[in-house]
Amino acid sequence: MTKPPAASLGLVAHKAGSKPGRPTVGGRNGSDFKIARTIKYESDRVVSFGRDVMSVPGCEQLESCIQRGTCSGVCPLSIYMDYTPRQVMALTRADFKNEVLRSHTIWLCASCYACTVECPQQIRITDIMYELKQRAILERIYPRHFPIPVLAREFNAMVRKHGRITEMVLVIRLFLKTDWLAALGNWRLGLDLMRTGRFSLITERIKNHGDIARMLDAVDHPKES
Amino acid sequence: MVSPKQDIRIGFYVCHCGHNIASMVDCPAVAEYVGQLPGVVLSRDYKYMCSDPGQELIQKDIAEFDLNRVVVASCSPLLHEHTFRNAVAAGGLNPFLFHMVNIREHDSWVHTDRQEATAKAKGLARAAIVRVAHAKSLPVKKVPIHPDVLVVGGGIAGIHAALTLANAGKKVFLVEREPSIGGHMARFDKTFPTLDCAACILTPKMSEVGAHPNITLWSYSDVVKMDGYVGNYTVTVRRQPRYINEELCTGCQECIGNCIYKEPKFPDEFNEGLGKRKPVYISFPQATPQVVLIDPEVCLNFRHGVLTDKCKKTCVEACGDRKAIDFTQKVETREIKVGTIIVATGFKPFDVKRIPQYGYGSYPNVYTALEVERLVNASGPTSGDVILRDGRHPQAIAIIHCVGSRDKKTNRWCSRVCCMYSMKLAHLLKEHTGAEIYNFYIDIRAPGKGYEEFYDKLNEEGVHFIRGRVGEVTDWAMTPEEEGKLVIRVEDTLAGFVRRIPVDMVVLATGLEPQADSQDVRRLFNMSCGTEGFFLERHPKLAPVNTFTDGIFIAGCCQGPRDIPDTVAQAGAAAAEAMVLIDKGYIEQEPNTAYIQPDCSGCKSCIPLCPYTAIAFDATTQKAVINEALCKGCGTCVAACPSGSIGQNLFEDDEIFSEIDGLLTN
Amino acid sequence: MKYSYFPGCSLKGLGRAYEESLLPVMKHLGVELQELDDWNCCGATAYMAVDEAKACVLAARNLALAERSGNPQIMAPCAACYLVLNKTKHYFHDYPAMKATIDRALAAVGLTYAGDTPVRHPLDILLNDVGIEAIKQKVVRPLQGLKVASYYGCQIVRPYATFDDQNNPTSMDRLLEALGATVVRYPLKTKCCGGSLTGTVPEAGIRMVYILLNEARKRGADCLATVCPLCQFNLDAYHAQVRAEYGDVIVPTVYFTQLMGLAFGLPAKQLGLHRAAVPFRWRPAPPEAPQVAAVAAALGSI
Repeated sequence: MTKPPAASLGLVAHKAGSKPGRPTVGGRNGSDFKIARTIKYESDRVVSFGRDVMSVPGCEQLESCIQRGTCSGVCPLSIYMDYTPRQVMALTRADFKNEVLRSHTIWLCASCYACTVECPQQIRITDIMYELKQRAILERIYPRHFPIPVLAREFNAMVRKHGRITEMVLVIRLFLKTDWLAALGNWRLGLDLMRTGRFSLITERIKNHGDIARMLDAVDHPKES
Repeated sequence: MVSPKQDIRIGFYVCHCGHNIASMVDCPAVAEYVGQLPGVVLSRDYKYMCSDPGQELIQKDIAEFDLNRVVVASCSPLLHEHTFRNAVAAGGLNPFLFHMVNIREHDSWVHTDRQEATAKAKGLARAAIVRVAHAKSLPVKKVPIHPDVLVVGGGIAGIHAALTLANAGKKVFLVEREPSIGGHMARFDKTFPTLDCAACILTPKMSEVGAHPNITLWSYSDVVKMDGYVGNYTVTVRRQPRYINEELCTGCQECIGNCIYKEPKFPDEFNEGLGKRKPVYISFPQATPQVVLIDPEVCLNFRHGVLTDKCKKTCVEACGDRKAIDFTQKVETREIKVGTIIVATGFKPFDVKRIPQYGYGSYPNVYTALEVERLVNASGPTSGDVILRDGRHPQAIAIIHCVGSRDKKTNRWCSRVCCMYSMKLAHLLKEHTGAEIYNFYIDIRAPGKGYEEFYDKLNEEGVHFIRGRVGEVTDWAMTPEEEGKLVIRVEDTLAGFVRRIPVDMVVLATGLEPQADSQDVRRLFNMSCGTEGFFLERHPKLAPVNTFTDGIFIAGCCQGPRDIPDTVAQAGAAAAEAMVLIDKGYIEQEPNTAYIQPDCSGCKSCIPLCPYTAIAFDATTQKAVINEALCKGCGTCVAACPSGSIGQNLFEDDEIFSEIDGLLTN
Repeated sequence: MKYSYFPGCSLKGLGRAYEESLLPVMKHLGVELQELDDWNCCGATAYMAVDEAKACVLAARNLALAERSGNPQIMAPCAACYLVLNKTKHYFHDYPAMKATIDRALAAVGLTYAGDTPVRHPLDILLNDVGIEAIKQKVVRPLQGLKVASYYGCQIVRPYATFDDQNNPTSMDRLLEALGATVVRYPLKTKCCGGSLTGTVPEAGIRMVYILLNEARKRGADCLATVCPLCQFNLDAYHAQVRAEYGDVIVPTVYFTQLMGLAFGLPAKQLGLHRAAVPFRWRPAPPEAPQVAAVAAALGSI
């Protein structure tokens, strides 16, 4: 009835199920036996990374994590993650910035907040995931054609310009920037939307469309405003 | 600054308390400063004033320098006032010519600036020096201790405390809310880690209580009022009607056999509702006292009104000449006098419905640990056969640890016993069912004699231990083998991935909470509670069974979660503490009582204000009178007296004002 | 009862059937809605990923507009908008630095925000302001015999449980029962629909859609009822992908407002029901059944 969860996410960077720097043993035919060292030295840490994250509003409680794994246990997407949410929390606190920002986990988070409301230590894991996504985008260390950061970028550009989102335009731009073949694969979905009158390319915009840009600039440049 | 009288000779000592004070307060500087104050004959700093050499120093100085006042600046008076008063008395001075300054809790521990902390220590010391000049010699008052003891709660703690005292010849009243004593322990199957049968080791003690000539056992009763003070408590006990005359009932249980209900029909509290009982019942076979009771909520005779005769009263017929059944019984109250009280009111298991993710109530095969204790018990509702609520025998069982423990959303504390009882249940369930058993734990806490070895044994028995807090228990299936099962979704944190594990039965290892009415009990016995609601001991290390009210002791889980060995040890300690008072025969009271001065105008305004009803009006002298035995020294009347005619020992006006002056003068 | 209506981008786009059913239903119940003038994108989860402060600023503009409009109570039907607006309000009160940023950004466009706008979901308004009884009175075509799995999704109960239980919400169950429908037990009622992962990481997203649909089918549901445009889209539009991966699992997904409209006797065509990829068709059970039962009961009593 169900297929075993396949390893490939069709992503560019590392494959789910094989952690960076970990030996991939076997494969079904047992041919690709590669080893790599997994030890971490103090020099692998980016000291103060954890402290920085924990100083962000909403992320403070991470200090009290005792690694119960409730977050992973309730996460609907943890089955695809290279590091479970619990491991991301541990890596963050221990300053393993590169491991965290390169992991799939932060991009797979669907913001369902299950971890946040279930955590016995009241750690706002979803907010921490947001913070980690923001840092990854800022440092441009997400996989190049990975659609989620691209979606975020396109989304933001559209909001800045028009104040509202025209969903179909956004989706089309997203597919063009990441994987236009996938767009072709979804032709049926497009037809369905046209048939049911939901495929609209008329741009939605607010009246005072300069407002948004002015507000966002005021956030970035506190002194000028 | 008020200048002390000419004949005042004060000795001053400032204590380093190791680094506790000295790290933040410059002790030699304080000693040097105080040495120059008027009336101070000598001033010293010393590493540990509470040590024997420290105390001997005071005694030696009193003799050598002819001191008549002593001030020690050290820790809280709660800790060592008594120590230093004794030292001063041993040196030949009246102990109330001593005054203590707290420069640890009030100063060094709460400040971060050494210079300012030192200045504060000097100020506090100066205030004490000025005050102590006004100190008077006071007599130590002795109050006799009533030799009888009240034990509240008949679980293992109350039972052990009552027996210890009774065996030492003390008269004990044991009051228990339930129809039988035995508490939670009576419902356990086996005990960890030795696996002795709980009933086998408990019931002999229960019958000993029932038969002991020195113990008056009042079950189905609770304490509603307590008055008085250490050594002289008056306690009101309310006795619920059992509708059975306890003296006449022989425990033959023929009434139960002959009840008009042929089959037991009502949920049986002792078996956590897993079994059934009749309207006339006895909680369990070894219940103590061996007296039945009638539940008026379900008894036909009560439901139809006592006089209508709808029920044939076959129970009364069966009882026959014994005439033990009495449908007219009412609530009774009894008043008793005791000198000391041991509160052993136990705990309440966490209400698992507060964590709906674990499915208790929605999925019939989710059980609490206490239910499983009954389920595996040979005299339980299924005679020890583990049959699930849906009639199946389990082939895979999950035990979820820390349910309602170590969780900021419910209870933050570790309940201490769950790891061990979970392992015990794992062993028993494995023995009874042969099922695969999965323990889901956060940390295994096995810090007791033989406990870690028990953990080893369980691993060797092939019980699975998976480190991870369970996300949810659900019944939606992803794979064919999950169909019709309960599925545990959890991260195996040691393996580093999420697992789904189908099982037939889930056991929730519920944490321990304060009793629902613990706040009422706290007020009743004038005790304190920690933030979580467990009763607070006077000192966590050095006075673990004492409370802040003299003569009131605590034992068992009402003070915090603990296992049976610790509970029994604590109950013994509480009994010993009570005996210390009883065998001494009297208690020395702090002479801080208020007294009426001759200029009392007899306005009576103080009388209604006294919280301890210690003030009366003497019609012949037309003045108020204070009963010293009842006065607690709260000072309310002193402050309220319109003519300033009430004084208070140890807190005289000139003492307080001079202390304030001393603090404010630089 | 008058509210500022914040439709959000989805209700003007993929989720237009939600608006098409919500507006007449609310009107039918006498709930007055004034669309918030010149509203903008709420900030949404995608923006949160890039810059939390900016997301809050976007949301705050809407809160400020609502305050200025004189109808400070905002009705936000989209679960994502509902959450972002609520979250902004919380952050505005909890973090002084965030408040300062919001104040500054709003000042740049001549707006102010005092922080008192209640942000409410239609479900909350229907249950707590309108009331189950008033809704029952409007039911002319009870949904007798319709088995519904009520699906709340994540964001109206998490992380802020403002009007319902976080683990076992029941407000929609009670509402649907008042309409005469039968609510099936659905243990996945607060599980995630996959959000935007259906588009970005289809392997993960489609599996989540499949799990939700398959469980509804196994529980015998005729349809899923949802409160969120993204949930509706995911559960409705990806049936082909689900079939390709896991086999056929066909369960229509409707907005709870569409079911309300049907029960109120509003014309199906005006409720946007034609916009679903998987059509939902329902006719009330013929009235014979209860009559037969009544006759049988009458005969039995003789």
